[in-house]
Amino acid sequence: MLNNNAPVFIAGTGIISAIGNNVAECLDALENGRAGMGQMRYLHSAHGNRLPVAEVKLGDEELAQLAGLPKIKSRTALLSLVAAKEALATAGIENIKDLRTGFISATSVGGMDKTENFFTEFLSDNSKGKLRDVINHECGSVTELVADALHIKDYITTISTACSSSANAIFLGARLIRNNIVDVVVAGGTDSMTRFTLNGFNTLMIVDEQFCQPFDQNRRGLNLGEGAGYVVLVSDKVAATLKNKPTIILSGYCNANDAYHQTASSPDGIGSYLAMSGALQKAGLKPEDIDYINLHGTGTQNNDIAEGTAIKRLFDPHYPKMSSTKTFTGHTLAASGGIEAVFAVLALQHGIIFPNLRLETPMVDLPFVPERALVKNVEVKHVLSNSFGFGGNCSSLIFSKI
Amino acid sequence: MYIRATGNISPQKTFGHQPLVDAVAYTGNRLACIEPDYKDFIDPKQIRRMSRIIRMGVAAAMECLQEAEVKVPDAIITGTAYGCLEDTNSFLSKLVEFNEELLTPTSFIQSTHNTIGAQIGLLLHCNHYNNAFVHRGFSFESALLDGMMLLKENDAANVLVGAIDEITNTSHTILNRLGLYKQGPVSNLDIYKTKTKGTIAGEGATFFLLANEPAATDYAKLDGLHTFYKPEGINDIEKQIAAFVERHAVSMNDIDLIITGKNGDAGEDKVYEQLGQTIFKAKEMLNYKHLCGEYPTAAAFAMWLAAVTIKSGRVPAALNYAGSADKKINRILIYNHYQGIHHSLSLLSAC
Repeated sequence: MLNNNAPVFIAGTGIISAIGNNVAECLDALENGRAGMGQMRYLHSAHGNRLPVAEVKLGDEELAQLAGLPKIKSRTALLSLVAAKEALATAGIENIKDLRTGFISATSVGGMDKTENFFTEFLSDNSKGKLRDVINHECGSVTELVADALHIKDYITTISTACSSSANAIFLGARLIRNNIVDVVVAGGTDSMTRFTLNGFNTLMIVDEQFCQPFDQNRRGLNLGEGAGYVVLVSDKVAATLKNKPTIILSGYCNANDAYHQTASSPDGIGSYLAMSGALQKAGLKPEDIDYINLHGTGTQNNDIAEGTAIKRLFDPHYPKMSSTKTFTGHTLAASGGIEAVFAVLALQHGIIFPNLRLETPMVDLPFVPERALVKNVEVKHVLSNSFGFGGNCSSLIFSKI
Repeated sequence: MYIRATGNISPQKTFGHQPLVDAVAYTGNRLACIEPDYKDFIDPKQIRRMSRIIRMGVAAAMECLQEAEVKVPDAIITGTAYGCLEDTNSFLSKLVEFNEELLTPTSFIQSTHNTIGAQIGLLLHCNHYNNAFVHRGFSFESALLDGMMLLKENDAANVLVGAIDEITNTSHTILNRLGLYKQGPVSNLDIYKTKTKGTIAGEGATFFLLANEPAATDYAKLDGLHTFYKPEGINDIEKQIAAFVERHAVSMNDIDLIITGKNGDAGEDKVYEQLGQTIFKAKEMLNYKHLCGEYPTAAAFAMWLAAVTIKSGRVPAALNYAGSADKKINRILIYNHYQGIHHSLSLLSAC
């Protein structure tokens, strides 16, 4: 039966991103201001010398070794498995075989990295191209490679709502627990760097040729990144059986639609406003209760003013501390909500606020300024995490310490 | 919860809410949708910018909303295994052909998997919940479960749920090479007789409006949905089906008709034949994939068929259903599997 108010705990976390291959490495980079962007090394693109990217610092072979999967599988799946494994390991659920477990993964590219190889030969002769390169093209196929490796089969699905995908995956996971469909959910997302997305964003002219500067008056665009981030969500019943009793819950969530344009945000950020206010309502919190906002903060002209305007409308005059961790990881698209959910958990666990790197000139139209430096030893009880995507898809999550 | 309205674009004459009298026959292993005159549903200026799958999805959604007399639903949820293939193919081909130069953004923008749900939201100025599931043979069922949960959670009084998948020349070529389809001349009306490997390719755009409260015009009640992944064998499948039926407090005797996902592939159809000897023994069974072809979200067509059957109490004439002709059909179980991996069960009953 449905229990709409049952607490849903975060029992484990896992990340792989440009700033580290696990949570500890990422935390160290965040605390020491080490960004992950640089010259393209692993993706082969005509734009390699012009556009900096935030790649995971491992080739497919090394990644495959870390994941324990053959390297012919999509990089998207390899990244996913590394992070999901870490999340499950840190959760330490001993009797997982006796529990109903779900895997909800988000991705925008799926197996596109391999499909690109296939297409090069296929286009010249459509009887050519290795079928093994296209067989896992579908987003869901990548999810299944990982679910099978993790031996999860009770509930499996994939969400793809562009850059808000992971946030939607995480709160779907919480709802599945509240609806008593599963007891444990590994939820988050993964995206590998592909020429498809790099060129797509490049045609939209929103890719920065320098390191991105979100929420800066002179921001020029985003840096693309790659990675995966997952949380393990458990019911209170499962939480009570764990040795390390979880102390963080997913307290609020909301998805709303901007309904303004396929790729651009509305000037007043109505979708962002509705997502944030809906999440607060779900959590039973007031704006002044929020201690930190992990911004969507891509660094594009359009996103940052829309997001900032929505924050102003909702929070004025009680502005929490804020930052965009995309200044470290780049924009990891469908993985960003998962990676940033783990960062939200780290902020709560360690009482720290991450810096918004490279912020020089604050935006003149906004009355607030994100944090420029690491803030330590602060009380962080409630973190709001924003993820907004194409199609006006806006999602906000709230993580709380109990 | 209740199925208030439907909209269905398929390789049959399903659009426009006319009774399905005749089955359209096709030769070859590819069934294409019969597309309506979109002008009645979408502004012509908008139509030109949309690729085929977006047009089909938007039109099926609009027809569904019109029938429901709902202007703005409380949620829009779509399921698609392959997404917008035509746009994906177009951007990818140009990327390879022009070595990452001279690209334009339109096909990239429209290749995103949530484009159809987003376009519907945009046209309706709908700021509500909008989600997109892309999980192979579970894409439709995942969308449906999300919608059902939103209704239960009282976060929505009505939800628009739909499934959309297209075949393109490229995807047909690749899936053909992967051995999914029958080779040589085949009629869709004969696929269950062939006893050979492979099925026929299909596509469709099928939407439903589900509501918490009943209305006089409802098609059917949606009593339950269950999915299971990679079952261990026929015994496991039987157990899953029996448990599902029991969970909804009915017995096999209460079920008037079972719609199965037979697709003409001798290997994949074995499951249905085995079940016909065991737990489906003596039950009336009906196939539908000769009408819409096989595709990952074909179960949405089955749900549409179940809904129209329950509303009128009769299986549409096009199916040549010879079962207990004078008995009104009040309860239908749908059992579908996709490639033996994704299995789903849904239960519908008369209001």
